[in-house]
Amino acid sequence: MTSNGSNENKIAIKTRNMNLWYGSFQALFDINLDVKEGMITSLIGPSGCGKTTLLRSYNRINERLGYVRIDGSIKMFGKNIYDDDVEISQLRQQVGMVFQRPNPLPLSIRDNILFAWNIHTEKENRISRSEQEDLIEKSLREVVLWDKVKDKLNSKATFLSLEEQQKLCIARLLPVKPKILLMDEPCSALDPKGTEAVEELIWRLRGEYTILIVTHNMAQARRASEECVFMLMGKMIEHDRTEKVFETPEQQETSDYIAGRYG
Amino acid sequence: MFQETQQNIKHKKTERLFRILFLMMVLLLITPVLMILGTLIVKGGPAISLEFLFTNPTNGMTEGGLFPALLGTIWLVVVALLASVPLGIAAALYLSEYAPDNWLTRAINLAIVNLAGVPSIVHALFGVGAFVIFFDFGTSILAASLTLAVMTLPVVIVATRESLQAVPQAFREACWNMGATRWQTIRRVVLPNAISGILTGIILEVSRTAGETAPIMFTGAAFYLPFLPESVFDQTMALALHLFVVATQVPNVPPSMPYGVALVLISIVLLFNAMSITFRMYLRGQKKW
Ligand SMILES: Nc1ncnc2c1ncn2[C@@H]1O[C@H](COP(=O)(O)OP(=O)(O)OP(=O)(O)O)[C@@H](O)[C@H]1O
Ligand SMILES: [Mg+2]
Repeated sequence: MTSNGSNENKIAIKTRNMNLWYGSFQALFDINLDVKEGMITSLIGPSGCGKTTLLRSYNRINERLGYVRIDGSIKMFGKNIYDDDVEISQLRQQVGMVFQRPNPLPLSIRDNILFAWNIHTEKENRISRSEQEDLIEKSLREVVLWDKVKDKLNSKATFLSLEEQQKLCIARLLPVKPKILLMDEPCSALDPKGTEAVEELIWRLRGEYTILIVTHNMAQARRASEECVFMLMGKMIEHDRTEKVFETPEQQETSDYIAGRYG
Repeated sequence: MFQETQQNIKHKKTERLFRILFLMMVLLLITPVLMILGTLIVKGGPAISLEFLFTNPTNGMTEGGLFPALLGTIWLVVVALLASVPLGIAAALYLSEYAPDNWLTRAINLAIVNLAGVPSIVHALFGVGAFVIFFDFGTSILAASLTLAVMTLPVVIVATRESLQAVPQAFREACWNMGATRWQTIRRVVLPNAISGILTGIILEVSRTAGETAPIMFTGAAFYLPFLPESVFDQTMALALHLFVVATQVPNVPPSMPYGVALVLISIVLLFNAMSITFRMYLRGQKKW
């Protein structure tokens, strides 16, 4: 099934007995999930089941709310990201996030691409102007955007079409060489053509990055992911190869959901 | 089909009634403003000349110009700006970008809004106690400007906070999710997008203080000074106080003189306002997100 056999058994994210509370409201219950390295894993489930919440605990952005409590452990490449000695900025360099609504910064396309890189690179290690240009080109080529924007790198990213903006939002993560990409319904603000283009792009990034993608679109989960996780009311119901989940699910709830019997 | 009914006619009548009512309210409101401006221009216009603007008062302030007062007002406003801009921006940044959203922050915000309502004479007395006496700046431009700055800080903070909050939250989320700290986010994204609004807002608020009399009267403004201020530790004349003086305190002033002073004072404030409003409109037109 997987395209790179060497990664077959490596686990990028190992989630164990994870519970999460927003104040007194428990949003996640005893999550045990192994996300395989270099694969695309889709996260499906009805609205409010905790997909976004789970995704956001993987880059610890939930914490800024101040009233979120987590127990259990999340190990990435063997290290529990909730350990005291984990630097959040380093974690977020390794774990990039793509949002539902494309949110390029109100800067030029060039500065958008260099933003994360500037933050994570020591002043002394800054590279020359031409090397920067190479970095920008490489990142934009990876998301198939280079040919479209190469002549307007200095214009504001917020003027691009939504599809281009979303590609840029993926591209801006790449210069800092993340290992994991989290995507929260990355296509749901796009039209069908844009959806297809971004989906294709995500498919191309497979292997190089471990990708965890939330989607409401069954067809998308089915064609654009290798493994699939089904969640319901804060619990993980089923996790298997995508075909397996869609064709011969183990759990009754999963087949009900796939047959369209939930919202 | 499509014919007018009784009902339509009734609605149209009501529509016209309200339209006229609201229009009359507007006219009622702008009438005094226009009358003030008209009076000033008619009665004070003849007094305005280059000489009036750029010479000292002479002959017991009954002749000559208002240059020391004009210059003094500019000194006061500029020094007040220099003090309130960094302080106000820093405080607003803390409150809107760092402070957790809890009862304490909300209480502080509420207090700041209420501080804006403190009468200026109270600020004046505070200025005397704090700057003139305690910090020993004496009656000086510094003491007067700091008093003005303290007085305008609440509105400066509120104006700044509004500009900061106009920057979409999604930008901050994007930065934080890339591992940026609060400060990196502020410096690279929030401030560059808010600064135009912040500065124009502040200029608008602080230039209004050009017309304040009470806060500077006891802290640094003099009735009459034969010399121009050379540093912030000197006293100075100021337009607002000068107007008060020539209008009520000095005998035998030609009637056009107070009107002339008032006209200059109003023009300065309007000029500042017009500048910052134009600037803001220009920058709004540039922005898109
Ligand atoms: N900031 C928050 N504070 C309190 N409760 C929250 C917060 N965010 C989410 N929740 C609650 O946690 C539960 C899971 O929400 P979450 O956003 O993770 O669901 P989701 O699966 O992403 O839904 P959707 O498909 O609609 O995006 C919901 O009941 C929601 O109301
Ligand atoms: Mg969600």
